[in-house]
Amino acid sequence: MDNRHTIPLGRWDTRTLPGYRVALGREQPLRLDCGVELSDFTMAYQTYGTLNAEKSNAILVCHALTGDQFVAEPHPVTGKAGWWNLMVGPGKPIDTERYFVICSNILGGCMGTIGPKETNPATDKPWGLGLPVITIGDMVRAQRMLIDHLGIEQLFAVVGGSLGGMQVLEWAASYPERLFAAAPIATAVHHSAQNIAFHEVGRQAIMADLDWCAGDYLNQGKWPHRGLAVARMAAHVTYLSESSLQAKFGRRLQDRERITYGFDADFQVESYLRHQGSTFVERFDANSYLYITRAMDYFDIEQTHGGTLADAFRGTRVRFCVISFTSDWLYPTAESKRLVNALNAAAANVSFAEIHSDGGHDAFLLDVPEFHRVFNGFLEGAAQHRGLPRRAAS
Amino acid sequence: MMTESQRKSIRVDLQIIADMVDAGSRVLDVGCGDGTLLDYLVNFKQVDGRGIELSSEGVNACVSAGLSVIQGDADTDLSTYPDAAFDYVILSQTLQAMMAPRTVVENLVRIGRHAIVSFPNFGHWRVRGYLGLHGRMPKSKTLPYEWYETPNIHLCTIKDFIEMCDRLGVTIERSLSLNAHGRLRRINSGPLTANLFGVQAVFMLRR
Repeated sequence: MDNRHTIPLGRWDTRTLPGYRVALGREQPLRLDCGVELSDFTMAYQTYGTLNAEKSNAILVCHALTGDQFVAEPHPVTGKAGWWNLMVGPGKPIDTERYFVICSNILGGCMGTIGPKETNPATDKPWGLGLPVITIGDMVRAQRMLIDHLGIEQLFAVVGGSLGGMQVLEWAASYPERLFAAAPIATAVHHSAQNIAFHEVGRQAIMADLDWCAGDYLNQGKWPHRGLAVARMAAHVTYLSESSLQAKFGRRLQDRERITYGFDADFQVESYLRHQGSTFVERFDANSYLYITRAMDYFDIEQTHGGTLADAFRGTRVRFCVISFTSDWLYPTAESKRLVNALNAAAANVSFAEIHSDGGHDAFLLDVPEFHRVFNGFLEGAAQHRGLPRRAAS
Repeated sequence: MMTESQRKSIRVDLQIIADMVDAGSRVLDVGCGDGTLLDYLVNFKQVDGRGIELSSEGVNACVSAGLSVIQGDADTDLSTYPDAAFDYVILSQTLQAMMAPRTVVENLVRIGRHAIVSFPNFGHWRVRGYLGLHGRMPKSKTLPYEWYETPNIHLCTIKDFIEMCDRLGVTIERSLSLNAHGRLRRINSGPLTANLFGVQAVFMLRR
């Protein structure tokens, strides 16, 4: 692994990021699932488009594990295109000329919302592991406070993939009257043992890095970039499909004619993963990675509704669109199908499509025209039922 | 989305089914294909419509058109729906492709207050004649496949279907047959004739 990170990493200042910051919990504290109350916390969010006079065209986009609120603009730290640039923007399926798009950094994140990297007002130091453990229920309750703050009675839609999809499900189950449509994409109603196992590998990689300092690295001028990079590398493999890895890299060698009989990155796939790891640590906080993966592992919307999944959605009027991808082995179609069966049992209005793609779990972030066509159709149909004006003829 | 003129000229058997459905009702179309009937019902009868379709092409076309359709298999997925969830459950030209048609029909009348089932009649005189004359598996406009690649694995005659309904204790509310010229007749006004001259049959059932 390269050791070029001798200067302290992770020093991006979340107070100077673009977008908005709001203090929540002052009037009514946020009671976390673990029992702790947050009576004053910051939530960072970004918006695109314009909220109409009726406040009926708002779409909440929920980001995934390593995403953030910068959905459709260059990332302020890395300069790379927004993570859902293909989906959100003028003329895109989530058309910002038509909808008001909101995306907030999740609780426990590292882009401005309260998280382990942010300052604990009680100590004036970074929270680190002093931050209470966050759940997806907590994330969504905090988002609801933001939506209250924005004065939006009912969101037109809540959409998201992966962890974002879990938040969508939590929204639909907890606040069905606060959203008209829901699109949980490439997600599951809980983590399988395999999902938890992969996350545990990532967490252990971080905690095995001596620079992690039992979570106190920010106070000690350290940054556990090696551990976090390994966590990212392992996770990244789970986001791709075997066939796409094979097609992209095969056994091809990296800038060399033959193997070197050493442990350098001989293979292209090794070089690629190392690059994924080293760029990730420039924009993501290791403790955030621990908190958020934990929240995903804890999520179990079936168990929190008495063990019957359909009970989470009984009597719902929300229009659902569940989407899975053929090559996603992290959140396979069978998981989405389970959700769809439960929604059927709850007599919910649900669409479900399994999209053919070689892109693995990451397919929801990629240019998959069929996915965008199906998603766009769902949103268009929902907009008609909601009585939103038709898309202006181009 | 279909144009208005396309909607107005749906297949005659679909039109018959559409005419049986009350406006504003809750409808599940099982094996909804590209959504032609569902789209018609949603737009002309203002139904709250849902669909199940096996092929991903069909599902994607439906959802892209704004219809609420899930990818699924009627043979396995109907059991997930609660009792009496819909006013009408439609199975149009799909029964003969089911692994377990009997279970499917039982599910249809369980999920819907009414079930509407249409199927090609294997008792039609041309079908009988084809087998008798040529000694080969019949092919026709409604049954165009070679025996070795047909999706139609459980073909039946009108008489067979009525007998199965009797056996299941399912009530036949209405039954129509459609002859080769597109003319409709009530099956119970002459079941033998219907079974001989009906190319297709449409039944409305209830538990």
